[in-house]
Amino acid sequence: MLSKELWYPRFQLASDRSLLVTFGAGISRRHHLDVRRLVALLESQPIPGIHAIHPAYSSVLVSFNPRENPPPEFEAGIRDLVQQIDSVRVPEPRRIEIPVCYGGKLGPDLDDVALHNHVTTDEVVRRHSSTEYLVYFLGFSPGFPYMGDMPKELAIPRLGTPRRVVPACSVAIGGRQTGIYPVASPGGWRIIGRTPLRLFRPEEAEPTLLCMGDLVRFKAINIDEFQNLKRL
Amino acid sequence: MSTLRILSPGFQTTVQDLGRPRYTHLGISPSGAADPVSLRLGNLLVGNPQGAAALEMTLVGGMFEFSEDSVVALTGSDFGATLNGSPVLVWRSFAVRKGEILQCGATKNGARCYLCIQGALDVPLVLGSLSTHLMTQVGGLNGRSLQAGDQFTVHENQPDAFRHHALDGGAVIQVLKRDTMRVTRGPQAELFSDEAIHAFSSSPYRVSEDSNRMGLRLTGHLTKKTRTTDMVTEGVPLGAVQISHDGEPIILFVEHQTTGGYPKIANVISADLHRLGQLRPRDEIRFEFVTVDQALQSLNDLELLISSTSLKPL
Repeated sequence: MLSKELWYPRFQLASDRSLLVTFGAGISRRHHLDVRRLVALLESQPIPGIHAIHPAYSSVLVSFNPRENPPPEFEAGIRDLVQQIDSVRVPEPRRIEIPVCYGGKLGPDLDDVALHNHVTTDEVVRRHSSTEYLVYFLGFSPGFPYMGDMPKELAIPRLGTPRRVVPACSVAIGGRQTGIYPVASPGGWRIIGRTPLRLFRPEEAEPTLLCMGDLVRFKAINIDEFQNLKRL
Repeated sequence: MSTLRILSPGFQTTVQDLGRPRYTHLGISPSGAADPVSLRLGNLLVGNPQGAAALEMTLVGGMFEFSEDSVVALTGSDFGATLNGSPVLVWRSFAVRKGEILQCGATKNGARCYLCIQGALDVPLVLGSLSTHLMTQVGGLNGRSLQAGDQFTVHENQPDAFRHHALDGGAVIQVLKRDTMRVTRGPQAELFSDEAIHAFSSSPYRVSEDSNRMGLRLTGHLTKKTRTTDMVTEGVPLGAVQISHDGEPIILFVEHQTTGGYPKIANVISADLHRLGQLRPRDEIRFEFVTVDQALQSLNDLELLISSTSLKPL
């Protein structure tokens, strides 16, 4: 039997006006690089009719106006870009520090994460804030960074029943991913803290604090520092 | 310049235009009118650009007072509107005199009615659109649905040009059909057996009360995956039909999450997306699979119908 990898990249119409390009199964930095390169190509050499780009862990969904560019022609254009993918150099990542007030009222699930992993809450904080995380992509809600590669000693399944409202700026863990909820929304990840930074600011030219490819480190702060930074 | 005062907002009334489709890479879904065809035709009736912002009312409409003579139209579903107590018809433009009150009631057919006003609503442009995204509280009037006491400035663009108009053409009849949603196969359709796909497309579904601009939840036949694979979160298009772990379909709507990890069995075709905006809780619908070519033919037909719609003086 042929290796499954041989089937990638895969091109599928997801609807009558969107094409899904998948670079592989699972989460890996190699697929992430392919995703970034295709997004860079789509930005520098836009295909006629293109509307929007949804990058994710190992795939890019591209939506388009099928009346401007019919699906077969649009797909041919995307396939041409994917051919050029190895020639794309992506810029050096930005390194961004995000202050987090862990535990207490702002991080109600910190104890559960510690219990689940048989460590102290201080150890959860130490580990969570001593890792550098790659922002694989923004998705789910405005400016929500999907960061994989979290230490497996901090992994914890999502809540069985998602919360109806996760407060804005909550830092959370879901499986082996960590993320930050930029706006209040329903969510099933475990909340371990909160950042005073605004991740979504629609009135600005750059509406999200983070972007795909950024490297993020969390820095533990206390509640006073949190309040002070929040006032800025 | 005139002022529109909201005396009563109705169930959920928001400012909507055709949305902001270009920010999905930042996790921002397009929002915009739930039934963009009714919005476009309403704007046509009052002489606005087709994508101008209007008020989208849901299930129960609001009560509005106009500070100056205005030209308006109601399109989409019939909310039994009256102007100073006298009935007014949907799909017509009509004059509102200074101080008159337009009152909309409960829907008589679908879910949404658009109040299009000649001129431009003065709300701030956010990321290229005036539309309200309720989930993230962005756009429109402070990112929320309207409340009693709110008011808008309307900048008139052609105060003299007024005649009572109706629409000439078949577009209106098309808009109100909502019992069948045509779909193409979704990217994870292969995870379902032929029998499961057949059952999905031959069973009636009921729209749940728990539906909103983010998604339409359906109850009815449960569809089960035949193959289990770990799905990695991927981009999701408008109109995707996701199958939840319980087997219930959810149609992702205008304020949908931009990425997700549930399998998508099907996707509502572009020509039928506007019909989703007219689905009410408890409506019964069926899915019908078509090819992508058929979907595009239907979209061309719909656009031709809209572009060939002209105004008929009354």
